[in-house]
Amino acid sequence: MTVARPPIAMLAELTHRCPLSCPYCSNPVDMALKDSELSTDAWKDVFVQAADIGVLQLHLSGGEPATRRDLEELVAAAREAGLYTNLITSGIGLTERRLEALDRAGLDHIQLSLQGTTPEMADEIGGYRGGYDRKMQVAAWIGKIGFPLTLNAVLHRRNLHQLPRALEMAVEMGARRIEVATVQFHGWALQNRDALMPTREQAEEATRIVTEARTRLKGTLVIDYVPADYHSDYPKRCMGGWGSTGLNVAPDGQVLPCHAAQSIPHLRFDTVGDRPLAEIWQHSDAFNAYRGTDWMPEPCASCERKTVDFGGCRCQAMALAGDPSATDPVCVKSPHHVDLQARAAAHAAAEAPLVYRGQPGRTVVEPVGE
Amino acid sequence: MMQPSDIPSLPRGVRLHHDRVRGSWVLLAPERAVMLDATAHAILSRVDGQRSFGEITAELAEAYDAPPEAIAGDAAGFLGALRDRRFLELA
Ligand code: SF4
Ligand code: SF4
Repeated sequence: MTVARPPIAMLAELTHRCPLSCPYCSNPVDMALKDSELSTDAWKDVFVQAADIGVLQLHLSGGEPATRRDLEELVAAAREAGLYTNLITSGIGLTERRLEALDRAGLDHIQLSLQGTTPEMADEIGGYRGGYDRKMQVAAWIGKIGFPLTLNAVLHRRNLHQLPRALEMAVEMGARRIEVATVQFHGWALQNRDALMPTREQAEEATRIVTEARTRLKGTLVIDYVPADYHSDYPKRCMGGWGSTGLNVAPDGQVLPCHAAQSIPHLRFDTVGDRPLAEIWQHSDAFNAYRGTDWMPEPCASCERKTVDFGGCRCQAMALAGDPSATDPVCVKSPHHVDLQARAAAHAAAEAPLVYRGQPGRTVVEPVGE
Repeated sequence: MMQPSDIPSLPRGVRLHHDRVRGSWVLLAPERAVMLDATAHAILSRVDGQRSFGEITAELAEAYDAPPEAIAGDAAGFLGALRDRRFLELA
């Protein structure tokens, strides 16, 4: 067994509730109900425990974290525990008054999601009319208060052509950083591959635009880029390596090695409240299942990249190869790679209506609109 | 390149933090925690939006009894990299 070094970051999914219903939402298809969400005090206790085991950065996420009425109180508690607090939000549910309260509570940074650069695109993707206009209002308040801002643009076949405008908008909003993330096919996105998979040409164009913009905007805007990995040759270093730098706490207190880990059927997760966080980090079966490199089969086991990408994403291996300990099928060395490339091309050539994510307790999947 | 009269400062959202678990100083910034060695911490603990880059390097040269040019070169490289990531501003 590999002894775990202290984690650096924790993602606290405060709730799965969200006014939007993005078809690529990373929340699990089976979402936690409101009644099962951790209480204010339980979250505060988790923050203190997280700081005690070495967590430095806290990402407050969801669902939409602003759906929690106690968000301001939770931010204050996290700061008091010594954590750097980052709010990951769609902006919906935030008012100028709430943002001022978050400012007083000590919120360090805001990450605002962008579903599209026009109201038509953004509202169609988010499945929420008026969402774009509201988000622009929230962005203006964020700028007025002076919160450091990252714009988080999620890109796919339908909106990749808007990337240049997204970069401009980030500069106009005074964001220091933009995350240009091509949709990762986990959670709800798996059902939307025919609707959202970018073409190989689009993926290459995006890389070209990002490379050019990085030079042009150096010192003004930092661009972090997640390329389309079905079209890549090597997988991503998921979570910096399983159980090595970060952990996720789900709304109901289950502690996960990554946000999609619940898609791996054999894993059993511990819950805060049942076991101290320090013990979960070190000893939970779910964390130890793929920690380090000892679990790896060939071709990863004898590969020189094994501590570079740690064999890629376990959840993707599960989803695409049916085996969570397989080499990530994105990898050229995976026996599934050729098949995956063919499937990616087929998804990219297909047409399908968007399947919107559901809400906790209402997870019936029905295609809505086109 | 950094000039002696430049006044560096940490913008909002970027701050020094003592990491009691690892027993070291870190610079906390959006999506990043930069572990600092003694030299990096000595530089950043003097970045206060008041002292100029020239004053900072002069202080360090004296404190560490090192040639000012060498200190200025190292500090400019380190602070320049932070500036590229927008973790540092210059006035
Ligand atoms: S991806 Fe969309 S639906 Fe999912 S939590 Fe974020 S804003 Fe809500
Ligand atoms: S074989 Fe495994 S370790 Fe090597 S590059 Fe592919 S996924 Fe990474």
